[in-house]
Amino acid sequence: MTSLALTGIKKSYGAIDIIHGVDLAIEPGEFVVFVGPSGCGKSTLLRMIAGLEPITGGELRIAGARMNEVSAAERGIAMVFQSYALYPHMSVYKNMSFGLETARMPKAEIDLRVRKAAEILQITKLLDRKPKQLSGGQRQRVAIGRAIVRDPQVFLFDEPLSNLDAELRVQTRVEIAKLHADIGATMIYVTHDQVEAMTLADRIVVLNGGRIEQAGTPLEIYNTPANRFVAGFIGSPKMNFLNVSVDGRAGEAVTLDLAGTKLAVRGIDARPEGLCLGVRPEHLDVGSDRGTPLGAMIATHVEQLGGQTIVYGSLKDRQPIVATLNGQKSVRAGEELRLTADLAQCHVFDAGGRRVAVQSA
Amino acid sequence: MLVDDVPHRRVHRWTHLRQHLAGYGFLSPWLLGFFVLTLGPAASSLYLSLTDYGLMSAPRWVGADNYMQIATSDPRFRAAMNVTFTYVLLSVPLKLVFALAVAILLNRGLRGLNWFRAIFYLPSLIGGSVAIAVLWRQVFAGDGILNQVLMALFSYEGPSWIANPSTSIYTLIALAVWQFGSSMIIFLAGLRQIPQDMYEAASIDGAGRSRQFFKITLPLLTPVIFFNAVILTIDAFKAFTPAFVISDGTGGPIDSTLFYTLYLYQEAFTNFRFGYASALAWVLVAIIAAFTALSFLSAKYWVHYDD
Ligand SMILES: Nc1ncnc2c1ncn2[C@@H]1O[C@H](COP(=O)(O)OP(=O)(O)O)[C@@H](O)[C@H]1O
Ligand SMILES: [Mg+2]
Repeated sequence: MTSLALTGIKKSYGAIDIIHGVDLAIEPGEFVVFVGPSGCGKSTLLRMIAGLEPITGGELRIAGARMNEVSAAERGIAMVFQSYALYPHMSVYKNMSFGLETARMPKAEIDLRVRKAAEILQITKLLDRKPKQLSGGQRQRVAIGRAIVRDPQVFLFDEPLSNLDAELRVQTRVEIAKLHADIGATMIYVTHDQVEAMTLADRIVVLNGGRIEQAGTPLEIYNTPANRFVAGFIGSPKMNFLNVSVDGRAGEAVTLDLAGTKLAVRGIDARPEGLCLGVRPEHLDVGSDRGTPLGAMIATHVEQLGGQTIVYGSLKDRQPIVATLNGQKSVRAGEELRLTADLAQCHVFDAGGRRVAVQSA
Repeated sequence: MLVDDVPHRRVHRWTHLRQHLAGYGFLSPWLLGFFVLTLGPAASSLYLSLTDYGLMSAPRWVGADNYMQIATSDPRFRAAMNVTFTYVLLSVPLKLVFALAVAILLNRGLRGLNWFRAIFYLPSLIGGSVAIAVLWRQVFAGDGILNQVLMALFSYEGPSWIANPSTSIYTLIALAVWQFGSSMIIFLAGLRQIPQDMYEAASIDGAGRSRQFFKITLPLLTPVIFFNAVILTIDAFKAFTPAFVISDGTGGPIDSTLFYTLYLYQEAFTNFRFGYASALAWVLVAIIAAFTALSFLSAKYWVHYDD
């Protein structure tokens, strides 16, 4: 049985369509991350699942039951807000018990749940404090605690880490992953941060302009992006998109021209115009004997990260290109480098941005 | 470096002084007003309150006699206290409730919100004026609009609400409550300050409208409620115009609208007992100060300050 099923979910504000029909099935216990650029509709989608926004079209089912008309409180969900949305006038304990008291749960049971959640999150000592007496990280825990005590079927997180500093963000990310492993509930997590998406998700849903571009495991998304948008969104530095033209064709075998360098591939049939070659910076190598030669690159700028060396530059036809090299390489600006890549890790995208399946010949 | 430190500082001090002088120069109109028009009269009234100063005589020192008389043997002072406290204790809470209720309605994102805001605010702009008090008289008089409406709807022949000592004060309270606009505007601003996601979190927590109001809105609004209550209370203690106009300056019928300030005014400018009136003024100051102090002391038990 699926935990959550979205069928043709749409959202419009007046005449403006924000979500254009989303279909998605989420398994019980799955950790799903919605990722996409700012304004693509992640929060809107999450808030429709939560019951905070009416659903304009389509159907939402949780544990098999239609939820479109069910109130937020009765959907069996809990939500952690980006702003935490803690009640500032209530103690941490009261913040966590508020929902249970509203549901008229017996006091003893409430106490049990609050203390158990506080223990999991290591905030037992903070129970009597007010939110303003807490650090950002502690507030974050209280917000999660408030979700845990409800014992929901589905946890919803809307960019929960974006108000934390970098170090705390990594730490909390790990804790959320642990929490998921411990309680095993279904979690839907919204972020615009691809690293959070890659590290936390069982499955990533990449959204753009109110549509799902691709849904898959982190490695599926990384290794076989469905299109140019997904390929460019996941990975840092971004994938290089290099214009190529078809130079010749003999049956299945096609010769591509990349700034004068010939590449032999097979599998391209339709419309050979406007093709581009996608190569991740980390899949490029310099001065290596292995791999397929991609021609020369003129370095214009070099970043030494210690573990990696990032080289910015351009091909002979002035197309910009970035290469991430392992270790500390002594590359200077102005230097001409011999690029190679494993063609099996490269992608070809058609004029519409779709990835075309390609094998190296 | 250390050597030329001293002259350097001296130059510095000079420019400082000049800057300060310029500052005081700009302040001087206000300072003048404050000393001549506020502090001076206040100090002299404090002195006069300890004398028997009247229109014809030079002030003669009588010590605390005026205050003794106020405290022990002045039935009109007691009547004025009665009226004033009734007025304060009824008009302030009613006005708060009214202002909050209307603010909440307006905060629902009504179409034409700005119009409504202006319309509801209008009475506060003109409400303190003599014209409105005169109008109020017409409404609540024996042959006033209120009675005409009552007659038409229920065939009920109402009394003159203003001439009746047991109802006259309530017409003044109604007039005050009608001027809820400025508190409402402040409430409206306060309501806007409450983050929307607080209500979203509460609705996920299963709290309905009324629980959200009592558990979220009201507590988060307490600083604004407190502010409004203090301001309204001080204003109500000082109220003068409506009673003066409606009772023709008498505070009648039978002292039933004898506001404290009206009594003070009568003592000073009808009976020309300036010394006694000054003492009355200082008693009012003390009462307001005590009330305000109590409010601030109570605040820590019911006002939630964020950060
Ligand atoms: N109440 C609203 N009225 C109109 N448009 C809205 C409203 N809320 C959000 N939007 C629009 O919907 C789009 C998606 O918003 P949102 O879901 O918040 O994006 P994300 O969370 O992915 O950054 C944005 O273009 C935003 O301007
Ligand atoms: Mg968002």
